[in-house]
Amino acid sequence: MADNTPAGSTTDGAIQVGGPQQPIDARVSAPASYDVADFPVPHGREEEWRFTPLERLRGLHDGTAVANGGGVKVEVSAPAGVTVETVGRDDARLGRSGKPVDRVAAQAYTSFEKASVVSIPKDAVLTEPVTISVHGEGGVAFGHQVIEVGAFAEAVVVLDHTGDTTLAANVEFLVGDGAKLTVVSVQDWDATAVHAAQHTALIGRDASFKSVIVTFGGDLVRLHPRVVYGAPGGEAELYGLYFTDKGQHQEHRLFVDHDTPHCRSNVAYKGALQGKDAHAVWIGDVLIRAEAEGTDTYELNRNLVLTDGARVDSVPNLEIETGEIVGAGHASATGRFDDEQLFYLMARGIPADEARRLVVRGFFAELVQQIGIPELEERLIAKIEAELEASVA
Amino acid sequence: MATLEIHDLHVSVEAENGPREILKGVDLTVKQGETHAIMGPNGSGKSTLAYSLAGHPKYTITGGTVTLDGEDVLAMSVDERARAGVFLAMQYPVEVPGVSVSNFLRTSATAIRGEAPKLRTWVKEVKGAMERLNMDPAFAERNVNEGFSGGEKKRHEILQLELLKPKIAILDETDSGLDVDALRQVSEGVNRVRETGEVGTLLITHYTRILRYIKPDFVHVFSGGRIVESGGAELADKLESEGYEAYQTKGGVTA
Ligand SMILES: Nc1ncnc2c1ncn2[C@@H]1O[C@H](COP(=O)(O)OP(=O)(O)OP(=O)(O)O)[C@@H](O)[C@H]1O
Ligand SMILES: [Mg+2]
Repeated sequence: MADNTPAGSTTDGAIQVGGPQQPIDARVSAPASYDVADFPVPHGREEEWRFTPLERLRGLHDGTAVANGGGVKVEVSAPAGVTVETVGRDDARLGRSGKPVDRVAAQAYTSFEKASVVSIPKDAVLTEPVTISVHGEGGVAFGHQVIEVGAFAEAVVVLDHTGDTTLAANVEFLVGDGAKLTVVSVQDWDATAVHAAQHTALIGRDASFKSVIVTFGGDLVRLHPRVVYGAPGGEAELYGLYFTDKGQHQEHRLFVDHDTPHCRSNVAYKGALQGKDAHAVWIGDVLIRAEAEGTDTYELNRNLVLTDGARVDSVPNLEIETGEIVGAGHASATGRFDDEQLFYLMARGIPADEARRLVVRGFFAELVQQIGIPELEERLIAKIEAELEASVA
Repeated sequence: MATLEIHDLHVSVEAENGPREILKGVDLTVKQGETHAIMGPNGSGKSTLAYSLAGHPKYTITGGTVTLDGEDVLAMSVDERARAGVFLAMQYPVEVPGVSVSNFLRTSATAIRGEAPKLRTWVKEVKGAMERLNMDPAFAERNVNEGFSGGEKKRHEILQLELLKPKIAILDETDSGLDVDALRQVSEGVNRVRETGEVGTLLITHYTRILRYIKPDFVHVFSGGRIVESGGAELADKLESEGYEAYQTKGGVTA
């Protein structure tokens, strides 16, 4: 990766050791809560909102967005043995992974009417993925989904987001002891959609959680993948891939809360940007609390800027409150596909648009291989190819 | 028979205090099968000539013509020039992160040949060419030029020369930074391509060392942005013993 950082990008990483005065989870404007009234309306200068263009949230942040019935159509298809239910607000299974951490997530929690609960029974090893398709139909919607994986079960869940909508949602993943859950969330929205969501995973003893976030579409996408550990031995792999085009705002804010001993986390996000006012934001907060001895964590974010006028804000932030850990590290880099690289490829007969595609494909291929699910690899590569065909010209 | 004709070429670069003329009227004709050595002191404009022929956007052509078999090279984009048969082995090859050598070579060969090479013969072709240049097969899976040593980068340039089979090959200081073994292997690679008789070679160098391995038909002394003397291989011997001093005054170089 070239080290030259494009104008207007920031990559200020931080590692703090020894109990900061204000840990990551306290640096927000209000404590986590299910109730939207517990959060002040953001004005844009708050730490968690400073990169987000509030005016493009279409009122999700200030209470003016009201569900109008024509928001999204949710369809769940699941292999035999999996239970899919639509439940009301009072269902006891909702809200167990943790509370909403910002006003938009709390608004979603306060406003949703029906939730989907997908339960994968104990010991079940699914051979087919569960697919939750969320199709935007133009209106405003508040969503809630719970995916519960019983002990020692194994499942792949695909969340497919398409169409146009203004959507705020919470998605909960409850991963039972020894279970393995892979979640792929594809944001393939129309260029007009607004999508803000909190994905919270509560990981059981010796359980594995793998999240793959793929963001291509939308006018504004702001996702908040969070991991908390319920018992020792848990493992989280958080992968992400985004392609931010002209005018798009795509923000991924990760938080891994190591509050339990002997858990692991590995975060790798890669993004390519092109076009005027393409804006990608990546926040990687990892907190290793005093009690989380034996933690092993690494986080990485790489961005590739293809044209002038795009902006990246990449902020890895690792806070370590105990010295008794296996490992902790972070890396962030933003590179440019520069004129010299373009010249070199073109001087070998490769046309400019193909040269750009070659570079982007190569850039993502590494990550796609690392994800390590062959069926998914093919799908992702096909998706990237389609996106490249459509946009890199 | 392919012929590259450079006539009265003037080239400027954008410098801090406005445009600065680097090439001040270059005349040169290179025919398929011929090897021309261009020798000159540092800063005389050799790379500028090479890059200008390949179409690097940094250089502005302010006068003159360049044609390949009568076609206007200066009107072509960088990739069109390459497809027309102009190849530049760069003095400082560029790193391209995320793109593997094998992917790069295949994409490039597909572009130049106009169709994707058949996979089976292609794999053999690449493997054979790499072996002859004494390149570890593991290079195929590495990213283009990323972390390559100076010598590895130059071998990789010559590998491309062998695979792409251009009509005109411009080799910009391919000898610099090579130890004796590497110089010999790289030169042998160039000679294999020359022996086909199908390439016109423009060998740009500062030192006469490489001319022990690659015998030029013509030697041109480059100074102050133009060719100041031309001759046969014996001119290189004169440069070897006398250096460039005589030409630097003659060429009026002040830089
Ligand atoms: N952007 C620029 N601004 C000002 N001068 C430039 C610029 N680029 C190149 N030059 C000048 O052009 C002249 C020719 O450079 P060039 O690289 O072509 O020389 P060269 O003969 O290849 O030298 P070397 O033997 O060191 O490779 C040099 O004096 C160089 O400083
Ligand atoms: Mg040079």
